[in-house]
Amino acid sequence: MIELVAERFNFIIVIILMMTGLYAVVATGNLVKRLVGLSLFQTSVFLLYITIGKVFGGQPPILPEYSGGYDSSSSYDGDAGLAAGHGAEAAGSAVPQGEAVQQTAEAIYSNPLPHVLILTAIVVGVATLAVGLALVVRIRETYGTIEDEAINQADYAVENARRNA
Amino acid sequence: MTEFDWTQLLDYALMGMLLAVGIAIVRLRNLFAAVMLMGVYSLLSAAWFVTLDAVDVAFTEAAVGAGISTVLMLAAMLLTAREAEPVKAIRHWAALIVVSVAGAALFYAVGDMPVYGDPNSPANSYVGMDYITSTPNEIAIPNVVTAVLASYRGFDTFGETVVIFAAGLGVMLLLGLNSGKKKGDEE
Amino acid sequence: MTPHLVLRVVSKLLIPLIVVFGLYVHFHGDYSPGGGFQAGVIVAAAVILYALIFGIDSAKRAVPTWFVKFMAALGVLLFGGTGVASLILGANFLDYDVLHPDLAHHTGQHIGIILVELGVLSTVFSVMMAIFYAFAGRAPDIPEGEW
Repeated sequence: MIELVAERFNFIIVIILMMTGLYAVVATGNLVKRLVGLSLFQTSVFLLYITIGKVFGGQPPILPEYSGGYDSSSSYDGDAGLAAGHGAEAAGSAVPQGEAVQQTAEAIYSNPLPHVLILTAIVVGVATLAVGLALVVRIRETYGTIEDEAINQADYAVENARRNA
Repeated sequence: MTEFDWTQLLDYALMGMLLAVGIAIVRLRNLFAAVMLMGVYSLLSAAWFVTLDAVDVAFTEAAVGAGISTVLMLAAMLLTAREAEPVKAIRHWAALIVVSVAGAALFYAVGDMPVYGDPNSPANSYVGMDYITSTPNEIAIPNVVTAVLASYRGFDTFGETVVIFAAGLGVMLLLGLNSGKKKGDEE
Repeated sequence: MTPHLVLRVVSKLLIPLIVVFGLYVHFHGDYSPGGGFQAGVIVAAAVILYALIFGIDSAKRAVPTWFVKFMAALGVLLFGGTGVASLILGANFLDYDVLHPDLAHHTGQHIGIILVELGVLSTVFSVMMAIFYAFAGRAPDIPEGEW
């Protein structure tokens, strides 16, 4: 049991952080504080994805500069190298490319897919957070408060006044 | 886990700090302090992303979480309130019950999850590793994350860009770009 | 804003460096960590720093609101346009191989990735700026003394 938990410590910590965020969302009436809790929750979901993609002994998924058909001395954005010795290299290009592939297969890399998903999710997250904050600002301007109970009371008061009239 | 990996000490330290900051955010009622701690939390998680090999993500999280979103929350706080009102005790208990039930359900599922760092886990076995082996032959750029982001999953990224655009549009519609509180703003 | 002499001098030194760093992150994103998302946020952070120190009005003179609106739409159009270009050239949507005949070195892929990342940079930068302008342009109606 202890070993089972110790080998999955990342999930334990992510769950605790997630629940911290959820608590902040539920246990406060302040709308800005709620959005802070939501981003807490969101960041812990990011951590969940990234820890799943981690591979022991791995390195960041950035491959070494291999020579995909070019001379190894020239970097591969250089069109100059292409123009200079393309004909001579074309025949032998299969060999270095095969070597490069072998080389990359030896090294261990962490899974790049969660990184891609979370990378975009972070920027989308801040954009949607801004929409939420904008709504809160509009609520503040209309109701004069951002506490949910006070907002509800204001709504009830309007409703009652309409019913009595 | 055959032998003890000393870099895990770094993981534990960062996790401890994340927990401390998270709990502090929940307990604080001063919104300014909560927002600043949220920036700290983002920076700490960015540091942890680096040890988890997600350098691109760490980069983004440090720039977005500790930079832009802190500024945004401060700006929103300036327009709304400085302090959260205290809530009734029953609400704390209700929240505690909700959180315990949800947390217990999640803990129950932990046993079925793959071991941390497992290279053969379902998430790490199939398509993710395929990207690493085929990027040199199909895209020929070293950063696999960029290759997947812009080429293999370009359609995804297109969707995300449209979402960001739509969110910006929404904020412009809600608050207005040039407003300042001028006449005609309130109806 | 005259009292913040140190801030003004230091930020004048730093802001160009931040922008250059953002562009480096963008164009070196194929080789090292980075790309359009990060670059857009970093460049936006530079302009936001400028706005925080020199005032929102001077920031709006440097990066006008019409420019922000224009670039946000242009980025999405550039991204979608790259996809449509590959459609017109006879491949699938966002299949960049057809953009350049040099298939052996995947030049088409590189061109496509740079174009797409430029679109992302443009949209992310301008949306971040638009959001900041929208929030900062509103006058707070809480008196300062309440702090």
